[in-house]
Amino acid sequence: MSFATRAGVIRAVDGLSMSVERGETVGIVGESGSGKSVSMYSILGLLRDANVTIEGSVLFEGREILGRPDSELRAIRGKDIAMIFQDPMTALTPVYTVGWQIAEQIRQHTGASKKQARKRAIELLAEVAIPDPARRVDQYPHEFSGGMRQRAMIAMALSCEPSLIIADEPTTALDVTTQAQILELLGQLQQKRGSSIVMITHDMGVISEVAHRVVVMYAGRPAEIGTRTQLVREPRHPYTWGLLGAVPRLDSKRTRLITIPGTPASPLDVPEGCAFAPRCAYRFDRCEERPALHGDDHLDACWLEEPDKVRLRRAIEEAS
Amino acid sequence: MLWFAVRRITSAILVMFSISVLVFLIFFATPGVDPAARIAGRSATPAIIAQVRHAFGLDRPLPIRWALMMDHLFIKQDLSSYVNIGSRVVPQITQAAPVTLSLVIGAAVIWMILGVAGGVIAAANRGRFIDPIIMFVGIAAVSVPAYWLGEVVNLITQGGLHHSIFSWVPPSGFVPLTQSPGEWALHLIMPWLTLAALYAGIYARVLRAELVNALNEDYVRTARAKGLSERRILLRHALRCSLIPIVSLFGLDFGALVGGAALLTEVVFGLPGVGLLTYTSLQNLDLPVIMGCVMYGAFFVVLANAVVDIAYAFLDPRVRVV
Repeated sequence: MSFATRAGVIRAVDGLSMSVERGETVGIVGESGSGKSVSMYSILGLLRDANVTIEGSVLFEGREILGRPDSELRAIRGKDIAMIFQDPMTALTPVYTVGWQIAEQIRQHTGASKKQARKRAIELLAEVAIPDPARRVDQYPHEFSGGMRQRAMIAMALSCEPSLIIADEPTTALDVTTQAQILELLGQLQQKRGSSIVMITHDMGVISEVAHRVVVMYAGRPAEIGTRTQLVREPRHPYTWGLLGAVPRLDSKRTRLITIPGTPASPLDVPEGCAFAPRCAYRFDRCEERPALHGDDHLDACWLEEPDKVRLRRAIEEAS
Repeated sequence: MLWFAVRRITSAILVMFSISVLVFLIFFATPGVDPAARIAGRSATPAIIAQVRHAFGLDRPLPIRWALMMDHLFIKQDLSSYVNIGSRVVPQITQAAPVTLSLVIGAAVIWMILGVAGGVIAAANRGRFIDPIIMFVGIAAVSVPAYWLGEVVNLITQGGLHHSIFSWVPPSGFVPLTQSPGEWALHLIMPWLTLAALYAGIYARVLRAELVNALNEDYVRTARAKGLSERRILLRHALRCSLIPIVSLFGLDFGALVGGAALLTEVVFGLPGVGLLTYTSLQNLDLPVIMGCVMYGAFFVVLANAVVDIAYAFLDPRVRVV
């Protein structure tokens, strides 16, 4: 997936291959600009600019949806695949009531009457634990708090019983207690309905709470893919080590936050070899060459030998 | 919403009261201007001036003079012109107002339709050839002054082509709507188009810019993710939000035009409207008529703004709570 810009062609996402099973939560994690969001937007056809080129394949329930005309994708968007966005403050149209906006989506995909759609909107608001939903349904977004708006967004996403929900940093704009509530709510609803979730985030804490499997992305390329336990307990890629090390810990005596040195690779100028090499403390000659994603169920893209990775990881754990 | 409307109208009435006081003070309490001397005429003796002063109540305290003036203007409606003694101010304005209202309302309908349609079509086709064409026509319409465009229209429809394709265009002038709706519209069609051209150009350009901004907003992305059609996203989501600045612009323009700013169009097409009345009374320094016109104009601006604010609250729920 690439963008043509004045400064040249940007490969925003390169060589990403992932799958989501029914009822599973897959986390995509990475720094800003690592291609987390655009990869998901592109599969839904939300990037429809002439300057955007998408190559590859997107299978949804066994059907190829990449390159389908927009009219077909529209029938899938919001119905089978729903999205929740990062900033609930701006993601709702300010001039319509919350209930109207939920009902609009229901009516778009089901042909329900206005009355039925409104009734369903009230039920959905109740389901996402908005108090007094019969009154709230006629309120405008500006009358909702941030957490409530995100609940309303979730209600809207759930309105047509989608089999896949793509949540693009759904908790980033919220305060910490609200974050936990929203994550819990998403987890509950997923268990109840058995839908799949792709959770895009830059917060390893969120990942370790909700994801079954995790994709770590760096500069548009997958760095490591594995189950949550594998990623958190036995991370293999130095970038994942850095991300995990950057999560602040309450039991640590350190007073300064730990960061990964350097800045994320510019998408205009991704290194020839391993994209992370310039910031990596363990780079060696082979890193000049681009590493392939390798492994069976736990994949990573790093040239270090397996025993070396284990040794280095232990050393880091002891040091902290 | 209703409460908002009531409060907005109350505040509009208060503003109108303040305007009446201010306008009165400017015209009749400015040091160095003696209204009695103007009424009495150039060759009046001091005794006659004093008599006039007393007869018109000009020797009373200011607040009473204000009340008398308002009484003459609004209640008795017998305030008369200083220059053409005997001709009353209020009937002059009530005769001129329908002309101006006919001109401005018709033009407003045309420019709103053209402006909104132009803006929406340009925004929907941004990046395609039709977008710059509409925007070019828009800037051309904005750049052409009404008096020039009006004269050219007259030249074409009344001159060279009057005996061929424009034979249906009547000579300039005004026919009241109550007398003959067909003739009324026929006489006004060219003035409407001339006046509307400028505003249609401005509105199309403003609306296009607003729409293009709105289409980059997060809520449009949400609407796309909901599976809505591009058409519905543009018309129901982006346009609704983009109309808000258009409505406030419309209130100001409409109020100012009804208040007399359509003068140039009125002069070019020989329409005896408020603009023309103000213009002639200014040339004659006819204080009561000028005051009447100014107050009429100011009241319309205030009224139009109140209506716009109420429409605004209807369009944008966020302002209702204020």
